[in-house]
Amino acid sequence: MAKKPRIKVPKTAKKGDIIKIKTLVLHKMETGLRKDRKTKKLVPRMIINKFVATFNGKEVFSANMSPAISANPYFAFHTKATESGTFEFTWTDDMGKTVTASRKITVT
Amino acid sequence: MTERTNSNGALGRRDVLRAALGGALAVAGSGFVLRGASATPETAAQALAKMGVGGNAKQGKVHLKLPEIAENGRTVPLSVRVDSPMSDKDYVKAIHIVAEGNPNPEVVTFNLTPAVGKAEISTRMRLGKTQNVVAAAVMNDGSVYKVSRFIKVTIGGCGG
Repeated sequence: MAKKPRIKVPKTAKKGDIIKIKTLVLHKMETGLRKDRKTKKLVPRMIINKFVATFNGKEVFSANMSPAISANPYFAFHTKATESGTFEFTWTDDMGKTVTASRKITVT
Repeated sequence: MTERTNSNGALGRRDVLRAALGGALAVAGSGFVLRGASATPETAAQALAKMGVGGNAKQGKVHLKLPEIAENGRTVPLSVRVDSPMSDKDYVKAIHIVAEGNPNPEVVTFNLTPAVGKAEISTRMRLGKTQNVVAAAVMNDGSVYKVSRFIKVTIGGCGG
């Protein structure tokens, strides 16, 4: 989970507008159902199970994921522009490791 | 014949995506077999009941957009929309996605707040075989709406 997530948030928005946010984080999302061809053993499950998006510290949107989410989990969602501030995005995997990113938006 | 490239010659978003997909396929190809018992409509219903979606669920309000045929079950685009004003008094609290034919029925749960403004979310999921996918929305007043969509899957995507 070393690579940077890809995030699209508009830099500016008008107050009251509904803006679209797209996020993608690189992760293979190992389901725990796949067998290693060489060892014939199941590859242990290792997925990102939680995604949280906050704005100015307050949760806007979150997702609880299962192994049925594709590799490199992608989410597109919306939010209402109310004030300028910072979006924070956090992905947490089965080991409790997290990836975070933030984006600023100016609302006029 | 020339190979199709971007007009500006730069590595475009699609190229990057294609490369990423290729990598994913290579990983998946090393052990692509579906194991264990898969979910059934009954176990899917049980999973939904655990999330508070039982017989009280009404039809309507929820719109689930899926391709009719998913050629590759490893990454199936999914878009769910719920008719709701998303105001402080009337909003969608959670959207659950359940797949009736996957090894585990649960796919994802979205937790929403009035701040999202518009209850419409897109993601990508894995589907093991041709099956029904259920989307259920729980409103802040406790009412529940759901919709079920049938989707054909050419190559399953749960072994990898």
